[in-house]
Amino acid sequence: MSAAATIPGIGRPRRLGRALPGALWALLLLTPAFVSLASVSFYPIVNGLYLSLTNTSLITQEQDFTGFSNYVELWGDPQFWNAWWHTMWFTTASTVLETVIGLGMALILCEAFKGRGLVRAAMLVPWAMPTVVTSKMFGWLFDGQNGIVNHILLNAGLIDQNINWYGSPDTAMTTIIIADVWKTTPFMALLLLTGFQTVPNSLIEAARMDGAKGWITFWYIRLPLLMPTLLIAGLFRALDAFRVFDLVYVLTGGGPADSTETLSTLSYKVLFSTLQFGYGSAVSTAMFITEGIIALIFVVFLVRQIRRAQ
Amino acid sequence: MNGTRSPLQSLAIYAGALLILVWSGGPFLWQFSTSFQLDKMLTSGSPSLIPHPFTLEHYYNAFVEKQLHRYVWNSLVVSLATTFLCLFVGSLAAFALSRLNIKGRFGILMVILSVSMFPQIALVGPLYLVATNLGLLDTYTALIITYLALGLPLVTWVLFGYFETLPREIDEAARMDGVSVPGLLWRIILPMSLPSLVTTGLLAFITAWNEFLFALAFTSNIDRQTIPVGIANFTNLYYVPWGDIAAASAVVTVPLILLVLFFQRHIIEGLTQGGVKE
Repeated sequence: MSAAATIPGIGRPRRLGRALPGALWALLLLTPAFVSLASVSFYPIVNGLYLSLTNTSLITQEQDFTGFSNYVELWGDPQFWNAWWHTMWFTTASTVLETVIGLGMALILCEAFKGRGLVRAAMLVPWAMPTVVTSKMFGWLFDGQNGIVNHILLNAGLIDQNINWYGSPDTAMTTIIIADVWKTTPFMALLLLTGFQTVPNSLIEAARMDGAKGWITFWYIRLPLLMPTLLIAGLFRALDAFRVFDLVYVLTGGGPADSTETLSTLSYKVLFSTLQFGYGSAVSTAMFITEGIIALIFVVFLVRQIRRAQ
Repeated sequence: MNGTRSPLQSLAIYAGALLILVWSGGPFLWQFSTSFQLDKMLTSGSPSLIPHPFTLEHYYNAFVEKQLHRYVWNSLVVSLATTFLCLFVGSLAAFALSRLNIKGRFGILMVILSVSMFPQIALVGPLYLVATNLGLLDTYTALIITYLALGLPLVTWVLFGYFETLPREIDEAARMDGVSVPGLLWRIILPMSLPSLVTTGLLAFITAWNEFLFALAFTSNIDRQTIPVGIANFTNLYYVPWGDIAAASAVVTVPLILLVLFFQRHIIEGLTQGGVKE
């Protein structure tokens, strides 16, 4: 038997013809995925990098190599920095709020109570809804004249007059952050919940036996054990928040007075309204670089966290 | 997890749970209610959650005036094609990575996963130029090709995680019986992975159904525009038709919500098995 197994040609000569070696199969099966990702993700990044070094414009039909002049222009472009700061603020505020509120929600869901299944199910609603629909929905909820939010706040005596939420530069960004927090927090909570559930119950019971109060077990046992999960979830959330487009484009279009302009909406306008593909690519490449830096910071934290755990 | 809770703690937990429920479900409930209310009731200054009088006027406007069904059709074509392609390509890749002893497979997986975090705005410009040159603007093809790549990382990742849970003894037994490599995938692994295929299919479908940026850039007329683009353009000349928008929102969201609720257990498990659980 072992002889037949070591010399496959003798044991089953018929199958040898159509049996490819494993490595070739692996290559064959991975090729479609590689082709897809290479052409739709990697090629555009490289091509965008090249375009950002040219003065490509679909209006003038020019495409000359201009070196770093787009980046020099970008560096001195107040609109770019305006969008950059807005994006950073949006990313930080929404990620922090979503993590903290999500943590609170996850802690509640850890407990056994009647109707927990219903609550968990309802939490998937904001996640499943198309972002464009979310955006329009918040447009209606936060409408300056007939919005239900203004109505509720007025009746509760919290405000004296209607707030023009996303129609005023002072509150527009806040409205967008609220919409994003609404949409993504429940899902964050579900992710963190599965993280909590991997914390062994015996550990918490033991601490409780030793007389540790609820918040002490949370602070010294559950939270440190949850840290890797929290960091990974936070990383994905931050990277996702950083490229916010749908929510802003549909709700405010970057206005009023550019107060909600983000890097994605600015790039889109430069690309498709002015058709300056060279300069637009410089904006999006700068964005790609910033995103890489954010990812790097998270990864450094994560690695340090894991090292400390070992 | 603990049998001893003071009444105060119980109260806090139920209050918190209620808050989560209202947070998650409340806004859409109001949107749903809005879709059945007359415009004059919506602007009356005394909103009510129960539509009174009840009207289907907004649904009539959405379908007859705004031609919502045409966007729905486009979205269905694009999303279904994307789903099947994603499952096909994704399962091939996940199978190869899980079963064929590839060197550095976790490196490959990390690269695949990190691709999904690329800012899409950085892809849309160059892809638009390619689509223009190939004559693919205003086609389903351009959207499907793009969405395949957008959905692929998550699909591959989740399927890989599931394949890893299937015992390797199966492979051995199959090999003994002389089953070829594609036979192993097609006749043994895939039939065993149906629950995971349903979940990942749903994820791919949702990705395509909800995508806005590429649809906005690549399509310019109602023959090919998908639902998000359609709804984003739902405006009237002098006022915002909140009721019509609400009706359209309900039409495109309710089926999705039902699907998600039906498969909720699988979705949460599928999404968390690979990513976060150590």
